[in-house]
Order: sequence, then structure tokens, then C-alpha cells
Amino acid sequence: MSNSVIEVPPKGGFSFDLCKRNEMLAKKGLNPPSFRKTGTTIVGLIFQDGVILGADTRATEGPIVCDKNCEKIHYMAPNIYCCGAGTAADTEAVTDMVSSQLQLHRYHTGRESRVVTALTLLKKHLFNYQGYVSAALVLGGVDVTGPHLHTIYPHGSTDTLPFATMGSGSLAAMAVFESKYKEGLTRNEGIELVTEAICSGIFNDLGSGSNVDVCVITKAGKEYLRNHLQPNPRTYTSSKGYSFPKKTGVGKSCLLLQFTDKRFQPVHDLTIGVELGARMISIDDKPVGLQIWDTAGQESFRPITRSYYRGALLVGL
Amino acid sequence: MDLNMNVNAPHSMGTTIIGVTYNGGVVLGADSRTSTGMYVANRASDKITQLTDNVYVCRSGSAADSQIVSDYVRYFLHQHTIQVGQPATVKVAANLIRLLSYSNKNMLQTGLIVGGWDKYEGGKIYGIPLGGTLIEQPFAIGGSGSSYLYGFLDQAWKEGMTKDEAERLVVKAVSLAIARDGASGGVVRTVIINSEGVTRNFYPGDKLQLWHDELEPQNSLLDILNAPPSPEPMNI
Repeated sequence: MSNSVIEVPPKGGFSFDLCKRNEMLAKKGLNPPSFRKTGTTIVGLIFQDGVILGADTRATEGPIVCDKNCEKIHYMAPNIYCCGAGTAADTEAVTDMVSSQLQLHRYHTGRESRVVTALTLLKKHLFNYQGYVSAALVLGGVDVTGPHLHTIYPHGSTDTLPFATMGSGSLAAMAVFESKYKEGLTRNEGIELVTEAICSGIFNDLGSGSNVDVCVITKAGKEYLRNHLQPNPRTYTSSKGYSFPKKTGVGKSCLLLQFTDKRFQPVHDLTIGVELGARMISIDDKPVGLQIWDTAGQESFRPITRSYYRGALLVGL
Repeated sequence: MDLNMNVNAPHSMGTTIIGVTYNGGVVLGADSRTSTGMYVANRASDKITQLTDNVYVCRSGSAADSQIVSDYVRYFLHQHTIQVGQPATVKVAANLIRLLSYSNKNMLQTGLIVGGWDKYEGGKIYGIPLGGTLIEQPFAIGGSGSSYLYGFLDQAWKEGMTKDEAERLVVKAVSLAIARDGASGGVVRTVIINSEGVTRNFYPGDKLQLWHDELEPQNSLLDILNAPPSPEPMNI
């Protein structure tokens, strides 16, 4: 878009003024709340019987991995699937929306959906939002006209390719594809190549990681291989397990009873909320009355017991 | 160089596009590189898009903008053909593109070359650069690689060439631009349109003529990959 000096009256379409304001603020240092992205490596290739799509499973929120096993291969139609990279909310919403539109179109026409239909719906939507819907997609499927594989960029441009990669790990994955792809791959060769490309992204790109998802689509149907490969298992798990320190049953009520009543009761009911005990003691020959509140240890009583700490002169831990 | 390549940068086609008239029709030519920032997103893209049976358009600039504009114009031309009852002329196609480009000049960033053949005017080339000007020319060039071709075409284009001469000229021109322009590369695609119909040709990048300072590929990975497996030990 060019910066024009002439003020043109708005003719319709969307106004992106607030987007420009946000960009200006970001440049000045005011950072927007971080949102969940799928850093990602997503790939697709055409093999002799159809299309194979692959994706990693890491979702990040800034520098933190917020989901170690998310699903990036989204359903569009029984014969069409779409991998999504970019802002997770955008990819989910846009694929969901177009999937519903395709279903309505199937009811209207009474026919199986075609990949170019999904492609056109997605590209029109993304172009209308001028790249602000940050969704980079690899769309693949098999319809009556054969297998198709397309990439769709956030600004709405599309490419039709025999093999494609997208996302932050796309360079690593493309390197694998460029050296090993050939036409007429068999199903197992194709799955192996896709897995290798995703692994290349997982191990060489910080925005991608965890497991490999694969989806094979042919004329006969689809096969969704969730977590087809799990090359990143948890390595440091203690065989003993972990337990957290007990807060209940440590003897608070017993202690109070002993102090106020000078007696011991071996079996106690669980303290509900808070209990009050009182005792007179003398300090420096002056009588002092002690009001002692015995709070419940259970997590569920925490909000009640909290209010009793205010104004306390002494707390016993 | 900033290694943090922004792979979500807007998809642009650096490009070299060219359209040339000859005695009896037109030849359109283009390279095949689409880049996002410094990364080549598609090394085999097809920048010559069909609008009607007899009119094609070469796209350059923003990939999204040029794809959408050509989609709209294809749709308008289809309607126009139904309404008029005969194939659309090249002038109509070029004017529809110009109307869209000019009225949205603030939002669009795409330069297009429309070329085709119709029975009234024969082969015609129309250039529609960035602002939405429409100009009919005997030959037109566009894209980032075109800067290197102005002098070459001024000298090499002649009136009344034959089909083969024109195609050779187009391939030579695109190949020269690819040699000098970083944003152009890949393969050379040509489309020849005349009274007989449309012919698409494809010239792979490694089969093009070598220019000054260009070397023959040596020890290319392609040779090793395609060679039969041999048990030769590595030489140190």
C-alpha cells in the first residue's frame, strides 16, 4: 500500500486505521499482550495415490511453549485437510469458518467438495483482511479432478505445488524436500519423507517441536496419523513420583486442645472452617487472655480461613 | 544479512515479465520466482495467467493483489462474453484491468502486461504499470528485472518478426534479466497467442544460454543424486 498525500473519501471495505495505530504503538515500545502462535513446521506433498500432509505439535506464546501436543492439521471436508501456521486463533477460526461454508455448499450442490473451492474461499477471506488475519496454510485434498496441494499466504496469494512447506521451520523442511522429493512416491516413501522433513523442522527450528502428525488423503479416504512419531519423550521422570507436603492432619486441632483443655484426643474430626479456643496466661504477673483461632488445613477452606489472619498478633506455623 | 528471515512477509513477485508482438500474434514471457522477503517461496510459479481463451496477462508486484485482480477481470470478461455473444477483445480485457488498477491505486501494488489476439486488431500488447495507466505498445516489459532490458529491447526488437524469432527474443530477454536481477530466477515460461490458438512453452533454468561471467555447473548435487550408486570411496 502506498502512502498517498491525497485524502480519498472511503469507498467501502474495511478500515485498518486501528491496525496502523497498533503498529505505531509497538514501534514506540508499548507491547500488545502476547498471543498464542504456532511457530510451526507444516508440509505437504503429492504422491502417486494422493496427498500427504504433515505438521509438528508445538504451540508457543512468546518464548513459552504453551501446548506441547496441539493439532495443526484441521478438517475442512471429508476429502480435504488444511495445516495452519501463524496465529493459532486465526488458523483455527478461518479453517473452521471455511469448513462450515464447504458443508453448506455440499448441501446446496449435492456433490463432494473440491479443493479449489476451499482455496478460493480461504484466499478471498484472507485478501479482504489484507494480511491482518495471520494464517499461513497448506491445503491438500483429493477430489474428482485428482490430488491437489496449495499454499495460502496471509495476504491472500496462493501457489500450487507438488511439495510445499510453511511456517518458521519451512526452510529446514524445504531443504529435505528439495534433496529427496521425486514424482510417483509410494505411500510409505511419502510418509517417511514427510516425517523426515518435519523432524528437520523440529530439531532445527526453535518455534517447532514435540511430535509429528501425518495425514494421508487418497481417493479411497483419509488416514489421520495423530502423533505418528514422538521423537521427544520426557526424559527426567522420577520412578518414585512426587508428593506435596501435607497441610491437613498435622496436629493443629490437637495442639489447641492440649493448650486450652490440657487433654489429648487421639481421633479427631476434620476441622470445618475455623475453631476458637481461649486461655488465660500470665505474662510479667499480668493476666493476659489469649484468643486462639484454629484454622482448617484443607485447600477448600482456604478462602474462609484467610479472613481470620487480619488483625492477628501472633501466627503459629 | 539478517538471518531472521520473515517468512510471513507479503508475497511479492520480484519478476521479469515481457510481452512482444510479432507478425500474426503476440508472445508473452516471464520468469518463475516468487519471494517472501529474502526467501524464494515458489521457484516454479506461473506468472502468465489466462483471462479468456485468447487473452493472457503477465503479473508482477504483489502476488496477492495481482491474483485477485486477474480473478475479478476473468469473471468480468466471462460475463462480458455472454452479454456480447462473442470472444472479448484484448482492448476490453486491458481496459477492465486498468479500471480496477486505477480506481484502487492507493491499495494495489501490481504491474500487469495484457497480451492476446482477436479478429479485429490481431495481436496486441497493453502495459498497465503501477498507477493504472493503460498504454498500447508493440512490446512491453515489467517487473524488477525489466530495468536491465530497456536498452536490449530498443536494439533487438524489430517490426514484423516471425513467431520463432519473437519467441527466441523473449527467452533471451528474460534469461538476461534473470542473470542480473536477484529477484528473478527459476525457469522461463512463454505463451504464444495467435489466430490458431495458444501454445505454452517451458525453458528450464539450467538449459538457458550462459552470459558473461556465468559458469557451467560443476559438481552439481543433481549429478550426484541422479547418478547410479557406485561404491567409490571418498577422496581426501
